[in-house]
Amino acid sequence: MTEDKKEFWRWTESNWKNPDMEWKDAQFISVGIDVGSVSSQAVIMADGQVLAYGNMRTGSDSPNSARNALNFAMEALGDMPEDRMDYCIGTGYGRVNVPFADRTITEIACHARGANFIYGPNVRTVLDVGGQDIKAIQCDEKGKVTNFLMNDKCAAGTGRGMEVFADMLGVSIQEVGDRSFEFKGEEPPAVSSTCVVYAKSEAAGLLRMGWAREKVLAAYCKAMAERIYSLVERVGVKSEFAVTGGMAKNRGVMDRIMPLIGMDRLTTPWDTQIAGAVGAALFSHALCMKGKGRKK
Amino acid sequence: MITAGIDCGAKNTKTIILDKGKITGKALVATGFDQEKAVRESLEKAVADAGIRTEDIEKICGTGSGRNAIAMADDKINEIKAMAKGAVFFFPDARTVADVGAEEGRAAKINASGIPEDFAINEKCAAGAGTFIESMGRALETPLDEMGPLALTSNKEIPMNAQCAIFAESEVVGLIHANTAKNDISKAIHDAMASRVVSMIRRIGINREVVMLGGVGNNPGFLEAMRRDLSLDTIWIPEAPEFGSAVGAAAAAAEDA
Amino acid sequence: MLANYGYKDASGDYFITIDTDKCNGCGDCAAVCPVDLFAGMDEDPNDPLRVEPVAIVAGTKKNKVKYECNPCKPEANRPPLPCVAACATAAISHSW
Repeated sequence: MTEDKKEFWRWTESNWKNPDMEWKDAQFISVGIDVGSVSSQAVIMADGQVLAYGNMRTGSDSPNSARNALNFAMEALGDMPEDRMDYCIGTGYGRVNVPFADRTITEIACHARGANFIYGPNVRTVLDVGGQDIKAIQCDEKGKVTNFLMNDKCAAGTGRGMEVFADMLGVSIQEVGDRSFEFKGEEPPAVSSTCVVYAKSEAAGLLRMGWAREKVLAAYCKAMAERIYSLVERVGVKSEFAVTGGMAKNRGVMDRIMPLIGMDRLTTPWDTQIAGAVGAALFSHALCMKGKGRKK
Repeated sequence: MITAGIDCGAKNTKTIILDKGKITGKALVATGFDQEKAVRESLEKAVADAGIRTEDIEKICGTGSGRNAIAMADDKINEIKAMAKGAVFFFPDARTVADVGAEEGRAAKINASGIPEDFAINEKCAAGAGTFIESMGRALETPLDEMGPLALTSNKEIPMNAQCAIFAESEVVGLIHANTAKNDISKAIHDAMASRVVSMIRRIGINREVVMLGGVGNNPGFLEAMRRDLSLDTIWIPEAPEFGSAVGAAAAAAEDA
Repeated sequence: MLANYGYKDASGDYFITIDTDKCNGCGDCAAVCPVDLFAGMDEDPNDPLRVEPVAIVAGTKKNKVKYECNPCKPEANRPPLPCVAACATAAISHSW
């Protein structure tokens, strides 16, 4: 684990190796790289099972971010030579900047497939709230997409919107969830402006009126929840429901979305941020099985 | 007859005193967080500017997003009617009018009597309003009133991809890091903003000359970008375009009185 | 698959939905669109296992749908949209 405490809105980077598996035993080593706007993940699979992963910040330079994420996962793995990799798929916002990828696939397909893996085949609705987008996806029992939308035009409801807001209030992004429940009295109504720029001015007005920062956070988390729900509603909610992406870790928003969704969300021991890379690695594996892996 | 028009906007509250078709007083105050106070102050200042007493005003008409805070208004009209009346007050031949303020952009097609026949509004999203340029100015560390003149010194075409003020800020920071000249970035910002406003105007159809009202009308960089995008030689702008809707409200009060 | 291209921002909903189960990738929509909104693809970037061609909304245009579609959507009335009219399999719909 590495941690950077200098910039308070950052989250923690991590890498992991599956202690029950060895790369030497695998027939196919497939790799998925998800280069998002805020974070990048590399997932290394052995015959369709997760062997290791790395989850890092995306730097200003996408090709380096893809490389760094892969190196970080390889570091966890220890001694596997890189040319052992049979196929690699890049996905995410920066997918065209994965120089060592054999193919690119959109994050829509990868998130559905990844959610099917980490949450199981009963998942029908996947919500992914990333740094710069919101994805709402319906999929079948195989993780094939049946209906989707992706909103990456507007910052409202995205991780970036939350960062801008947390930054203005001087609250660390990891603390937003808990702090948004630490106010006295009734839950306030949602901030009425959807646009993040206008929501900031609205919040400045609420602070001036004497609202505690926690109460303003509560009102914004509620606005985020309503905004995100309005997008999920467009594709429709079918049971069972799962959430991936960084926002899944923010209970300030998640605890306020779930009553709107009206059903429980599936839980998983996996880090939800790796779903896209898991999906990419699974498509890599599927292509290896079809004989499309790199020639040895 | 003396009438007053008060336009309580998101950023500023404007009052116009009209005496027999002539502007005799005006005032602009920041709306801030207390709209009612801003309305009172702007009216007091405009009355003082006109050298009259408040009792001399026969009729007051209010408009703007905060028009419900204008307690002393005899009548209230919506922003579209106000901007249409304002446009024909200055330019009787005006048939297309755009009004871009801090938080909203509007365009309307109007007839010879200044009645709106069709309109489009870009509201609640900062990408299509004056706030966009102001936010980008902060990222560029350039005051708002220097943004337009700075854009005029560039002739480069840099496309901006982000359609959201928040995302565009990151894009501007990226351009700064890539050592793009400040004036070129400023032009890119104005071009992006103008293309959104022009697209709104196109949706109602460009009907003879275009009149521009609202605070953004003071920005020469924006006007130049708009003129270029519309392929027009001139865009008609009154002196102090930010008072356009207040003038329209005052003119509406005079008609009805 | 219902592919919803476009967005929702504070000013409204701007989505173009392509039903990829109906779309046969003929490209008629791309041919009639005055602003080149559509692109015919040999491979569906959202469905890697599909083999038939398909139409998508171009990545450079999807976040400007509100503005790009204006020429076909005058404020005054609602004429039939060329892309919708051209699609023989009725695969395209607009949210506004």
